[in-house]
Amino acid sequence: MSKVIFSNITKRFPGVAGATAVDRLNLTIEEGTLVTLLGPSGCGKTTTLRMLAGFETPSDGTITIGGRDVTNVPVNARNVGMVFQSYALFPHMTVRENVEYGVRLLSLPKAEMKDRVNTILETMALAQYADRSPSRLSGGQQQRVALARAVVTQPKVLLFDEPLSNLDAQLRERMRDELRAIQLRLGITSLYVTHDQSEAMAISDRVVVMRNGVIEQDDSPLNVYSRPGTGFVAEFMGKANILNGKVEAVDDTTVSVRIASTVAFALARNGRDFKLGQAVRCVVRPEHIRVDADGTMEAKVRRVVFQGAYVEYLTDLEGQECVFLDTDYYKSGVAEVGQTLKLSIDSRPVWVLPETETATLGKAA
Amino acid sequence: MTLVSQATPPARSGTSPAFLRKIVVDPWLFGIFALVTLSVLVFAALPIFVVMKQAVVTDHGFDLGVLIDTLSQSFVWTSFLNTLLLGATSAVIATAAGFLLAFCATRTTMPGKTFVHGVALLPIISPPFVMALAVVILFGRSGLITRELLGIRNANVYGFHSLVLIQSLAFTPIAYLNIRGMLQSIDTALEDASASLGASRWTTFSRVTLPLVTPAILSSTLLVFVKSVEDFGNPMLIGGNYNTLAVEAYSQMVGYFNLQAGALLASLMLVPSMTAFLIHRYWVSKRSYVTVTGKPSTQTIRISGGVVVPLTLGCYAIVAAILLFYLTVVYVSFTKLPGVNNTLTLDHYATVFTAGFQTLTNSLLLAGIATPITAIAGMLIAYLLIRKAFPGSFLLRWATLLSFAAPGTILGIGYVSTFNAAPLLLTGTAFIVVAAMVVKNLQVGIEAGSNQLRQIDKSIEEASTILGASNTRTFFQVTLPLLKPALFTSLSYALTRSLTTLSAVIFLVSANWTLITVTILSQVETLKLGVAAAYCSILVFVVLAILAVMQLVLNSASKR
Ligand SMILES: Nc1ncnc2c1ncn2[C@@H]1O[C@H](COP(=O)(O)OP(=O)(O)OP(=O)(O)O)[C@@H](O)[C@H]1O
Ligand SMILES: [Mg+2]
Repeated sequence: MSKVIFSNITKRFPGVAGATAVDRLNLTIEEGTLVTLLGPSGCGKTTTLRMLAGFETPSDGTITIGGRDVTNVPVNARNVGMVFQSYALFPHMTVRENVEYGVRLLSLPKAEMKDRVNTILETMALAQYADRSPSRLSGGQQQRVALARAVVTQPKVLLFDEPLSNLDAQLRERMRDELRAIQLRLGITSLYVTHDQSEAMAISDRVVVMRNGVIEQDDSPLNVYSRPGTGFVAEFMGKANILNGKVEAVDDTTVSVRIASTVAFALARNGRDFKLGQAVRCVVRPEHIRVDADGTMEAKVRRVVFQGAYVEYLTDLEGQECVFLDTDYYKSGVAEVGQTLKLSIDSRPVWVLPETETATLGKAA
Repeated sequence: MTLVSQATPPARSGTSPAFLRKIVVDPWLFGIFALVTLSVLVFAALPIFVVMKQAVVTDHGFDLGVLIDTLSQSFVWTSFLNTLLLGATSAVIATAAGFLLAFCATRTTMPGKTFVHGVALLPIISPPFVMALAVVILFGRSGLITRELLGIRNANVYGFHSLVLIQSLAFTPIAYLNIRGMLQSIDTALEDASASLGASRWTTFSRVTLPLVTPAILSSTLLVFVKSVEDFGNPMLIGGNYNTLAVEAYSQMVGYFNLQAGALLASLMLVPSMTAFLIHRYWVSKRSYVTVTGKPSTQTIRISGGVVVPLTLGCYAIVAAILLFYLTVVYVSFTKLPGVNNTLTLDHYATVFTAGFQTLTNSLLLAGIATPITAIAGMLIAYLLIRKAFPGSFLLRWATLLSFAAPGTILGIGYVSTFNAAPLLLTGTAFIVVAAMVVKNLQVGIEAGSNQLRQIDKSIEEASTILGASNTRTFFQVTLPLLKPALFTSLSYALTRSLTTLSAVIFLVSANWTLITVTILSQVETLKLGVAAAYCSILVFVVLAILAVMQLVLNSASKR
């Protein structure tokens, strides 16, 4: 009913010569799922979202909602809801009036209108603030009003543009979970924009990583993190070591990759083709390297950053930079710059990047 | 086999160009836009062009001979130079006085700031020629000061010197408010920083404060200059032989029925006005170092002690002069025959409320109609210009700017010439007076509305649209309420201006629709000073009362 499809969507802004904010984007949001657009500043997330809302018109391509082409449908006739970064609550109306605003435009019977508003106010635990001005609410409460106002009209699609970026860290996590819970309960198709990768992974059914107006990877949160399609995605999704290696041996099920004279792994091949002697790039997350007196890997400490819960080491692995975290520093003590550490790598989560930087190969694995 | 190019997908059918789409999405709003633009073009731009055309085209078509003839007459150049000289002198003096007041009010420990502020604003809310009336009463042939106090029998109050005095005092508030606003928005930490680096008070003032407020000083000078060029009432009453363009145009039109000369003189007024206005808009206002952050910057008062005394005395002198003039007018309104028979009386008020009541109610009625139209149209135009760039917006922007920069005289003459035949036969009607009031005061509302709109988060309006509201509905239910402060500014300005305006409407009033300012002028000309004073007092009182009520309403409405 409300599956969203972007086909070949391109957006160029007039006056910005040569710059394409969104470039031939193809994206499907399945009914009832929450898809996150993730990426660095200026990569076109907001533009994509605003084209779905109708605030921007695509330069090319079509957008459909539930099979209906809405590319040229005005904003107020699309039946989408939106939670704005600044909440955009009407400052001259009370909480109730804010929530009522969209419902009034539906020309429902008065009783049903009242009912809907009251129900949503109850659901969002806002009933007691109904007659307050939004300026006299806390950030979290304002956020809930914004959400209540967006969903009370029962839109087909719900849009979020960095809705949590105005909240402090603790509240952000709580609201994130609340948003997700309500989205799941209402089963509403949603597009969510953020540049916070942990938020994206926590809340989404799928994460779409964008870069310069192009989709880098469109995948499940787990895959985007553990099977990044490109080095960019790997580094964007958290700290990552991208280590150059060489294929030493290939058999039916495994591939052996050597990173350094002291480091080599045997990895599951998962049907991917490797050639003997082929150069590959491996993604190794810092949390999968640990200090190990029995480890074979040796690296020289270049920098030590004490972080409380862990110590972050930047080491030199035969010319390659390698970062890792030591949460057990209290046992063996903190190493010093210049010292050579014995380490071991858990090879199971190590991921060999597909060769072409543009492929979305995570799915293939 | 067919080859399909993958590089450029075929254009989607049914796609309209971006500018057409804007219209299609919002036909209602575009309709309003078209209507507003058309009205502004007809009532603001057209009359001005008609006057300019009249200046060069006679009944026999374009006639260079007539033009040269008129231009070679000395009264044209005398009045042109008179206008420039008066404007420049008043601008310099008013700006200096305004700066003194503003500096003392924001940077020194001068006592009685609230009082100084209140008095300094009086000239803004009253017709400028209240001052002229006071000057005649005080310094005229039978003046309270010249004759009663000093015993001078043949004092000549008329001429340049009086005009400078009057205009300087009348326009000081403009400079005061302008410069005060900038001084307040400059973080005093800058001055503290200078002091902490070892600079003396004078160095800090001349090297930090003064350069930072220079844009406001320049802008005040230009604004006062424009006001002075436009001023009709004062030169008319007190100029004597010192004729300015506004007065000369009026007498050519009304006195000699010389339409072509009147139109030419009025067009000449555009030269200094537009020049000053354009310099202001495109040069001075871009030179401001002050960034509007929306939060008031810290203001600490650092200047105290000895220097404050002479500064304070200067401010008090200005305030005393203003007060003296206004109190004189009030006093005279209760006096039988000032200078001759000083017994107190209510006769003048009796006259106003009986024989002269019509003109007062006319003014109130027409200003009452014009004010809300001006304010709402101002907000609407600001919205259309800032938020919806419909094709053709530039027409609207330029026409409103033109109407603001053009002196009232040219607008008045333009109205008479443009709307005297079908299908726009409007002369003699109330409509034409209201239209002049609206057009002349529109720009202030547009300016206030635009500034406010730029500070309102655009997503608030987007939230309304995405909830299903049309743009028209969004404007009236979301934008307009949020523009309340700008609306109030615009309402107050439009009301005061409409009630006190003279230069444009003097050409438009008719037997049925005469206005209080025009009546005051003719009372002064016939030396019925008591009645004129009574009118002025009532006018000032009415404006003050309405402004107070509006302020109350605004305050109670924003308390929620
Ligand atoms: N109205 C506009 N006019 C011109 N260029 C624009 C406009 N809006 C966005 N852009 C450009 O389009 C590109 C994508 O912008 P967009 O706002 O979609 O980025 P974003 O991914 O949301 O970034 P952020 O994380 O900073 O919000 C940017 O290069 C931006 O400069
Ligand atoms: Mg964005």
